[in-house]
Amino acid sequence: MSSIIKTLRPAVQRATAYTARPALRTAGVRRIGQQHARPLSSTARRRNEAVDISEVPPTPITHLSEIEVAMADSVSKFANDIIGPKVREMDENEAMDPTVVEQLFEQGLMGVEIPEEYGGAGMNFTAAIVGIEELARVDPSVSVMVDVHNTLVNTAVLRYGSTELKKKWLPRLATDTVGSFCLSEPISGSDAFALATKATKTDSGYKISGGKMWITNSVEANFFIVFANLDHSKGYKGITAFVVEKGTKGFSIAKKEKKLGIKASSTCVLNFDDVEIPKGNLLGEEGQGYKYAIALLNEGRIGIAAQMTGLALGAFENAAKYVWNDRKQFGQLVGDFQGMQHQIAQSYTEIAAARALVYNAARKKEAGEDFVQDAAMAKLYASQVAGRVSGLAIEWMGGMGFVREGIAEKMWRDSKIGAIYEGTSNIQLTTIAKLLKKQYSTS
Amino acid sequence: MSALRILVPVKRVKPRVNKAQTAVETAGVKHSMNPFDELSIEESVRIREKKSYPHGVSEIIAFTCGPPKSADILRTAMAMGADRSIHVETKEGDEIEPLSVAKLLRAVVQKEKVDLVVLGKQSIDDDAGQTGQMLAGLLGWAQATQASKVSFEGDGKGVVVEKEVDGGTETTRSHLPMVVTADLRLNEPRYASLPNIMKAKKKKIEKITAEELGVDLGKRLKTLKVIGKWKWKRKWILNMGLDGTSANTIFAEPPPRQGGGKVEDVDGMITKLKELGAI
Repeated sequence: MSSIIKTLRPAVQRATAYTARPALRTAGVRRIGQQHARPLSSTARRRNEAVDISEVPPTPITHLSEIEVAMADSVSKFANDIIGPKVREMDENEAMDPTVVEQLFEQGLMGVEIPEEYGGAGMNFTAAIVGIEELARVDPSVSVMVDVHNTLVNTAVLRYGSTELKKKWLPRLATDTVGSFCLSEPISGSDAFALATKATKTDSGYKISGGKMWITNSVEANFFIVFANLDHSKGYKGITAFVVEKGTKGFSIAKKEKKLGIKASSTCVLNFDDVEIPKGNLLGEEGQGYKYAIALLNEGRIGIAAQMTGLALGAFENAAKYVWNDRKQFGQLVGDFQGMQHQIAQSYTEIAAARALVYNAARKKEAGEDFVQDAAMAKLYASQVAGRVSGLAIEWMGGMGFVREGIAEKMWRDSKIGAIYEGTSNIQLTTIAKLLKKQYSTS
Repeated sequence: MSALRILVPVKRVKPRVNKAQTAVETAGVKHSMNPFDELSIEESVRIREKKSYPHGVSEIIAFTCGPPKSADILRTAMAMGADRSIHVETKEGDEIEPLSVAKLLRAVVQKEKVDLVVLGKQSIDDDAGQTGQMLAGLLGWAQATQASKVSFEGDGKGVVVEKEVDGGTETTRSHLPMVVTADLRLNEPRYASLPNIMKAKKKKIEKITAEELGVDLGKRLKTLKVIGKWKWKRKWILNMGLDGTSANTIFAEPPPRQGGGKVEDVDGMITKLKELGAI
């Protein structure tokens, strides 16, 4: 493995130099004590090249680069001031406030990893993860919108899109067009590659027919990445990714789902009734869609894991502030009872453990290491912790946690989706076990 | 008259009172830019963006005096729109008195040929509210404090500053060069957008020492007594003369608040007011 890394090194150095930021080329003892002891975080690479990190001094997982800290500060402030007051209303209305979407674009949150030349912020993957987490502390619905848009849609275009697609769409995805990722269908969820939506070649391009289900962002989105099978006889190897614009003839939103949680995030059934798209709307290559979907979802899981740790932290903080400042029983703050304190301590420890998994997975991805198992573990555990902590938080707050004011009960409802989308918990367990077996099996 | 050169001094502060206003946050609390300083950065950037000064703005320089970590708020200032920064580094925990800061600012103003200084009216940690006034005194410049609106006259010289006072708005008119301090309603500061955070990373922070600016940061105030540990707002009882003569400061606890009462109706209110001898 190390020899592969070494041969890749010159390429990596070129890629890094291109970003015009002094990152890996100067890696060495000299770096110790500099502000960026973790240089990986300030690179803008987005291919999965392995990077030689043997000489980078290790730092705590919680150590963030200056940019990531600025990201956290700015997003946290924005989320608390602008989104915070609207959370309850958006949840009750089951709709995203359009001004929130507008402001997410203004803040640059919809183009975190899109390079500056396309109008994005040109930040690194972990910065996006930090932003997703900060948003989820306040509202997991807004967080998932930003997550899907950035980690699935933008990344898909950046990585697989043709030059024309990039030039046309990246500036819009960074500034005014919400994206959506359409994979699931009524008959295919965990078994994603059983999808039935069909694509056929036409003289000028492709024709898509079929239907998609449980599609996040579909109300707000104008840009859809649609997976369809171009040749069912080839099985999953016929799956191909296409770009479909809202308003294309034959494309329609059939139904908006009413959900248990993340209600402000739209989830719809989509119909594709002989939707004709031009040749240029092919994303990447024909028959490669399954590979793209796997790769994107592997990364996307880190985003969902970040959403879940953010959610857990938000629910925790909300309750901890209440029990340690407001609520008194038997003459003392309820947070001062040992029975409460032990639960609070246990919960925070679990959140910290989940975050460590999330950040480690993100750093491994940035370093170009294999992160599939790490992402699966992070998503599995973070969603479990989110469910547990947000549930306990309601109990700590008693009546105030159970009422539909504040965010306590909402966080718990929102946490449920963590075990379901972008790979259910059982699928994560299967992935982890499969990789473990590979490691330990001798045959 | 040429384009405006604006200096915006900013301070890194630690918010003291938590949201529930029941305790002071200490451990793990993030430092941030003094809120009044965010207003002054915002105002400077708006003067540039809205072209409200007839000859435009040539440069906005952010300045801070504080520990190495203060560089963070300079980055924030630059992400909001300042062009570059100057940082006078001090040791963590050192408290620099307003007069020393004013003297540093005077040196920077002269060095950088600044013609407008926009400061927060006070910092939320020691609430001295003196730096802007002292700076204007040291420079012999006009000053307008607690600004709620700043506008410029067509001649490129006159500055009209409105401030909110009891019972209305006071309008003052003076001329450049000038010191303006920002009040809460001057504007609504923007959030640093992500692309601007990235751009700020490429902007320059110049480090300079107090000695290089010829300023002695030594203390001239002596703390006599501190009452209470955290919960009470410190209050400056005595100020000091601009000549730098020593003066004493007392930190004191404000009297505890009495709970209010409710009255049923207007008659009840009148009876209550009579009881209190107010009417």
